[in-house]
Amino acid sequence: MFFNKTAEQKEAAKKMKEIVKSNKAIIKKFEDEKKRKNVPASEYQTAMKNPDNILEIDNLHTYFYTDMGVVRSVNGVNIEIPQGKTVALVGESGCGKSVTSMSVMKLIMGPSGQITNGAIRYNRASGPIDIVKTPISEMQHIRGNEISMIFQEPMTSLNPVFRIGAQIEEAIMLHRPDVPKSDLKAQTIKMLELVGIARAEGVYASFPHELSGGMRQRVMIAMSLCCNPKMIIADEPTTALDVTIQAQVLELLRDLKDKIDASILLITHDLGVVAEMADYVVVMYAGRVAEQGTAHEVFLNPKHPYTIGLIKSKPVVNQLVERLYSIPGAVPNPVNLPNHCYFKDRCDKCIAACNGAIPELKTLEGGHKVACHLYTQGGH
Amino acid sequence: MWQYIVRRIFIGMFVLLGVSMIIYGLIRIAPGDYVSNLTSSNPEVTQEMIDQLNELYGLNDSIPEGYSKWLIGVMQGDLGTSFIEQKPVTEVLSSKMWFSFWMAFPAYILQILIAIPLGILSATKQYSKTDYAVTTFALMGMSLPSFFFAALLQRIFAQELGWLPLSGMKTARMDYEGFALVMDMARHFVLPVMVLTVLGIGGLMRYSRTNMLEVLKEDYIRTARAKGLSESKVIYKHAFRNTLIPIVTILGGMIPGLFSGSMITEGIFGIDGIGNASLAALRGGDIPFIMGATLFMAALTLIGTLVSDVLYGVVDPRVRLK
Amino acid sequence: MAEATAKKEINLEKVVTPGQLVRKRFMRNKLAIVGVFILLGMFLFSFVGPFFSPYGEYTLFYISADGVEFSSDDLKGFDPSGAGVTIGNRQSPSSTHWLGTDKDGRDVFTRLMYGGRISLTIGIVVVFFQIVLGVTLGGIAGYFGGKIDNLIMRLVDVIYCLPTLPIMLIISSLLIAYKIPQDQKIYWLTLVMGLMGWASVARLVRAQILTLREREFMVATEATGIHPARRIIKHLIPNVMPQLIVVATMGMGSVILTEAAYSYLGIGVPFPYASWGNMVNVVSDPIIMRSYVFMWLPPGLCILITVLGFNFVGDGLRDAFDPKMKR
Repeated sequence: MFFNKTAEQKEAAKKMKEIVKSNKAIIKKFEDEKKRKNVPASEYQTAMKNPDNILEIDNLHTYFYTDMGVVRSVNGVNIEIPQGKTVALVGESGCGKSVTSMSVMKLIMGPSGQITNGAIRYNRASGPIDIVKTPISEMQHIRGNEISMIFQEPMTSLNPVFRIGAQIEEAIMLHRPDVPKSDLKAQTIKMLELVGIARAEGVYASFPHELSGGMRQRVMIAMSLCCNPKMIIADEPTTALDVTIQAQVLELLRDLKDKIDASILLITHDLGVVAEMADYVVVMYAGRVAEQGTAHEVFLNPKHPYTIGLIKSKPVVNQLVERLYSIPGAVPNPVNLPNHCYFKDRCDKCIAACNGAIPELKTLEGGHKVACHLYTQGGH
Repeated sequence: MWQYIVRRIFIGMFVLLGVSMIIYGLIRIAPGDYVSNLTSSNPEVTQEMIDQLNELYGLNDSIPEGYSKWLIGVMQGDLGTSFIEQKPVTEVLSSKMWFSFWMAFPAYILQILIAIPLGILSATKQYSKTDYAVTTFALMGMSLPSFFFAALLQRIFAQELGWLPLSGMKTARMDYEGFALVMDMARHFVLPVMVLTVLGIGGLMRYSRTNMLEVLKEDYIRTARAKGLSESKVIYKHAFRNTLIPIVTILGGMIPGLFSGSMITEGIFGIDGIGNASLAALRGGDIPFIMGATLFMAALTLIGTLVSDVLYGVVDPRVRLK
Repeated sequence: MAEATAKKEINLEKVVTPGQLVRKRFMRNKLAIVGVFILLGMFLFSFVGPFFSPYGEYTLFYISADGVEFSSDDLKGFDPSGAGVTIGNRQSPSSTHWLGTDKDGRDVFTRLMYGGRISLTIGIVVVFFQIVLGVTLGGIAGYFGGKIDNLIMRLVDVIYCLPTLPIMLIISSLLIAYKIPQDQKIYWLTLVMGLMGWASVARLVRAQILTLREREFMVATEATGIHPARRIIKHLIPNVMPQLIVVATMGMGSVILTEAAYSYLGIGVPFPYASWGNMVNVVSDPIIMRSYVFMWLPPGLCILITVLGFNFVGDGLRDAFDPKMKR
């Protein structure tokens, strides 16, 4: 297997060598940038496009430089999150939802993963900043404090060797110097009770493995809320839970959001969750935004063939269907993206223009935006 | 937990039975007999002893008969009498094992102090120059033949520089007492401890590195970062505590082995421990000691794995032993 | 960058074989490449080198009364037992003897090459033996489980607990008692080292098979009714292969170390055969240690470098085979 190579494989080997070489140079550039110490605040201060927004993701590009080529996970995404609202980010697995959220926290695993372009403007109390340019040392004051995150896998996201109480207290101790040491435990138990854990005292002294998945996700939520964040990123918070628990956790999130007046970026592939929770919806496909608008608009009046397909493929109770719809084909390989519309090969509404340039996001009536040639002027 | 330990000890007994059978069998399958073969070169063995030995091992009996006689003795706590030392084997073992221990223990501590920090450093800076340097150093330690490294150290530190004694446990003709004696012995132990340390660092360091790398990929490390913890807190608190589980487990399992001695190193440096004594016993035909010492070493290996398994249950909150 | 990838006309994901990926990850590891070169060099030195040496493995050198050196192969008309003839031992390195001669008057450099032959051969044969035994017994234990498993694993426990050095010493005296000729002792040594070393391989294979057996694709082979032997060979073994290759590579290093230790103690490769271990043995004489460094330093370094080579390659292979080590 090591020596009999076809001409094709030889070429592939050569190609890989080139990729590795160019990756090395690019990664070095970004990593050197990260290593800079004492970045002056003026460098990452910025201005919001709309001061009512808490977060503006502007033309974000996050790439992974792998040996097989550059994976363009997030490829020019624009999302605005208004103060106090819930924005849902929807799409199939591997379309770049999680990478977008990780980029906001600057938790992209280096050295292969890098934010290569764009801005993430965050409306901080002390003035707006661009997270992309903010050094990690400053991000450490924001993470878990002003912006917090709830992860997809409650089973593995808690440290198995520390007790629940200690893990929550750690965050409080770090970001809230106003809470005296003597009050830590009381505060933590209050948080656990807030997320609906009945025997908070018992859970406080438990290890993660002693709790069920739903309980652990509640703990994760308590941990993310303990410093009164202005923004919560929930990355598929209910995917790993069973259905009855899902509803409880969502209910909880919605209540808590109102209580502390936070904004939520909710990442999910479950349209049911979106309908229940979101004010605005952003549909992502292959690292780009396909459609966005108010939840109402997108659900009742979907424009993009992909969104239409997504909604059609969701089972509906009380409706007899011969066979559940499924969108044919699969998400294109993110290394080898075509230079026409990424959805073209799976789309049943193709027109001549689809072979041309990649469609840009166009605004329709009522702030509803869609990236599809069907809606471009003269596209019909 | 206790049930588990008892069951393991029970299985261990059978394993020891197997070990002793193999060694007894090997001794008995020699033509003529092993006793006269080996004892002929040992002037300390008298005819009386040979008779006693033949009696003890039932060399005139068949192999199974002879073995069961020996086994009955062992069950009564009687391992026989060492020819060379002229003392009961158990007594010899329990006195010599401390020399082995005091040679192995400082090396064990040094290994922990050097290997674990290096392993973690190497993991956090994966693929950097530091990582390559530490890895090369570790693999070199694993590739060194002990006798060759011992000779190198002796050549440099004892012969060339004259800083340390060549071998032995204390300076002959110098009747040191008290603290001076301790210091003198310590000087004699420096080189053997160095040998054992360098030889052992590699494995432990690679083990820490691999485990640290595994842990750094876990989801809870990402959670810790998302909480806003500094990178050093993430590594030295969250990751390190998890890495410690497997490390403590194998470190605990190594402790019994500290008593089992090391034949080659003890032989070269003239440390009067278990290893050197068994070497002498094997060369001088001291059969009771050979049987006793091999049984002792096998038992230590078994206890080591048991300790390591039990520790795993103690250190990791997720594991409950059945 | 964008242009560089856009130009790509072939789809790497489809063309690149897993083997190619492993090879590429391996080639990127500098230490592993160093290891490969060390091993290549050592093999050439030990197996091809002797053809270029003017001397044989056991050739003894003498110096005649008038100072002319002659050897047991090329007497040049002298008589080794003649008057005034001395053994040309402990000669310092010179143009005729690059690393001098040993305490019996043999050429050290030549013996170094023959020693390498023996060490490398023993390493390969013993590891092959261990792998065959370990895979067979571990495979049977893991696959069939139950009583067979219990029996084999207890045997593994016993072998694991046997202190190897004492056993070797006892066996060595047995060989003397049975009057086994010197040249056959190497085979016995190989056999015993193989028998003592398979336990860890068996444990590894058994553990792997136990986890694999529960996996879906194995359940599928069972459901389709494939014969057990075929299931083991076609489906289980390839999955254990990467680990086995790593264990075998590292194992060769450790077998060479063990053999050197036995030879050092005089129970390994017997004189007059050369082995790196028994060449270092002379160091136990403090005078040789002090004044004849050229006799024991080179074989010691050879052991160190060869074992290091195996460890570098093994370590590189482990990283290369690990699908989690993407970078």
